[in-house]
Amino acid sequence: MSSLAQVSQVAGDPAVHPTAPAPETQKRGWTAYLLLLPGALWLGVFFVLPLVQLATVSLQSRYPGFPGYYYRDVNLDNYVSALTDYAPHFARSFLYAGLATFLAFVVAYPLAYAMAFKAGRWRNLMMICVIAPFFTSFILRTFAWSQILADEGWVAGTLNFLHLLPGGHIINTPVAVIAGLTYNFLPFMVLPIYASLERADPRVIEAGGDLYANGFTTFRTVTLPMSMPGVLAGTLLTFIPAAGDFVNMELLGPQRGKMVGNVINDQFLAIPGGYPVASALSFTLMAAILVMVFLYVRRFGTEELV
Amino acid sequence: MTPIPRRDRRPLSPPAAEVVAAATGGLSRRRLLGTGVAAGAGLALTACAPPSPPTGGPAAVKLPKDVSASDKTLRWANWTAYLDMNGKETKSPTLEAFIQQTGIQVSYSEDIDDNDSYYAKIGPQLRAGQSIDRDIITMTDWMAARIIRDQLCQPLELIQMPNVVNNLLQPLKDVSFDPGRQHSITWQSGFAGIGYNKEKVGRELKSLDDLWTDDLKGKVVVLSEFRDTAGLVMQSQGVDIDSDWGKAEFENALDFIEQKIEEGYIRKVKGNSYLEDLTSGNAVAGITWSGDIFILAYDTEDPNWTFAIPESGGTLWSDNMMVPITSTHRRNAERLMDYYYDPAVAAQVAAWVNYVCPVDGAQAEMEKIDPDLAESPLIFPTADYIAEKNIQAFRVLDADEDIEFADLWSTKVMGN
Repeated sequence: MSSLAQVSQVAGDPAVHPTAPAPETQKRGWTAYLLLLPGALWLGVFFVLPLVQLATVSLQSRYPGFPGYYYRDVNLDNYVSALTDYAPHFARSFLYAGLATFLAFVVAYPLAYAMAFKAGRWRNLMMICVIAPFFTSFILRTFAWSQILADEGWVAGTLNFLHLLPGGHIINTPVAVIAGLTYNFLPFMVLPIYASLERADPRVIEAGGDLYANGFTTFRTVTLPMSMPGVLAGTLLTFIPAAGDFVNMELLGPQRGKMVGNVINDQFLAIPGGYPVASALSFTLMAAILVMVFLYVRRFGTEELV
Repeated sequence: MTPIPRRDRRPLSPPAAEVVAAATGGLSRRRLLGTGVAAGAGLALTACAPPSPPTGGPAAVKLPKDVSASDKTLRWANWTAYLDMNGKETKSPTLEAFIQQTGIQVSYSEDIDDNDSYYAKIGPQLRAGQSIDRDIITMTDWMAARIIRDQLCQPLELIQMPNVVNNLLQPLKDVSFDPGRQHSITWQSGFAGIGYNKEKVGRELKSLDDLWTDDLKGKVVVLSEFRDTAGLVMQSQGVDIDSDWGKAEFENALDFIEQKIEEGYIRKVKGNSYLEDLTSGNAVAGITWSGDIFILAYDTEDPNWTFAIPESGGTLWSDNMMVPITSTHRRNAERLMDYYYDPAVAAQVAAWVNYVCPVDGAQAEMEKIDPDLAESPLIFPTADYIAEKNIQAFRVLDADEDIEFADLWSTKVMGN
């Protein structure tokens, strides 16, 4: 029976035994699903379920007269409020995240380039230096920056002494926030760019020289395009968390001009009954980022991400 | 200490009162929220009116088994700069003595920066019946009221705490949110007023308006606790914050604060972490809590740090020790509460924290430690002092105001 089925398979004529598919094929099919199971379960429990929960909460209404209580509803006002009341916060989040992504790119590319092509025996050490900050908590590092940039710290002190600081302070300004975002997400930019540069075939770059292109032209037409998957991954990995971040604004930012992450944080934590609006804001933020990423990948997308 | 005038919760109409009683007893946020899948499946496509609240008497509070006798540990969450410390600020002498005396290992953590954010962290866990790894939490009056109302703390056995029964100051024995102190025991009380560095400011600050001058522009921090910051501003606008006032008065104060932020006078609105801005020099003055400024002076070895009640008045509040509903160390917690109501111990704490001491007899003990402090009106205020300085407690807000005012504060002042 089984040998017959094999023969018919080899012959490419499944119609001969339509009711008896090859046991191997069936087994292989099940194996694939079984292998998918842990991942699917993980996604189901830790991604889909919370998302459904968040979606339902985002449509709930406050229970009149009972602070902190809700009832199930289809209350689109939460979304209207998210989009109208908090439009400036969204805009600011995307602007700051965009600037931080750009700055991180400017800093990260030469660094990744040096690590991939010029570092030699220093490469591992440089790699450790890039990763080392992860050994300390994100909040602690940001907090350390708030001390470094404080009015009586040496940075602001020196700049003030040289009369180079309009306004007199660095901390509690948007500049400090963007600097903090850039600093905190820099490794996410360096690593993918490094990975794609490191993989690049040096002979292709040499070929650029052989074809009489100068260094800059070679870089522009050969090296940069080869590293585009890394650049794309790096910008996404930087922009997405930076747009939703609230820690940098909280610790380094001014009192006015908050980002959308701060609003979500405040609605969840400080306002009794703020859950629906916070959920609606979270959903809107997710949707907005999804659309932006989609457009970005379509415009600059390459065949593969790192 | 003088009786603190308190305004009772606005009386509700009988049907409303019934609803509230039913709701606070039998309705949980979790039940209304529903669980993810069921909620998703049951999502109707039409908007619906609020369902009628479930009826039924208050649910019996289920207390976890107390393991204090066999497990001699205790975990205490408190605010920054709120317990006596040794010179290196590594250990608390009174707490060490308690550990010696009772063998109960106490882990003390300065977890609480702000009532709202701390409650947001522990509230959902307590409602779900989970441990928060703390056996004593220290919450301000209005938050203590909310926690008691939601039955998220355990009733205390006063019979186990003779010191508390004997030495708790008379006006604090019966507070509106916890009649008979069945659920909460005062830790310290305090004032909100102006804290500043006399040398860096270069003059004395007497009224709230002294903060809004050009040389202090961008060097002022204020508290994120709106009952204190808005309370002080309302007093400066001539409102009696302990009597009947409404949304209009509150909004006036917020408009004023908003304007001062936008003009750049107020740099930041913060929880207890405002002390870091004062230490790092980002700010030299602000609306602060009374005791903090004394500890700041000690920590920075700078006697120029000064606290003053503004001419228009200050606010008075208390923080209260409570045992979270899921704690299994209630007896240990009660021993600690009782220990801190020994007048000698209370005086030792007060000498360090410089907050208003709730313990009768501590003033006499303070004479032995530091006669000057025994005279300090910021630790042992007399009724005359309270009246003369126009020190008031922010009136109790009803449930709707609670949300509405928090909302207003968040958008107008916090900038969210």
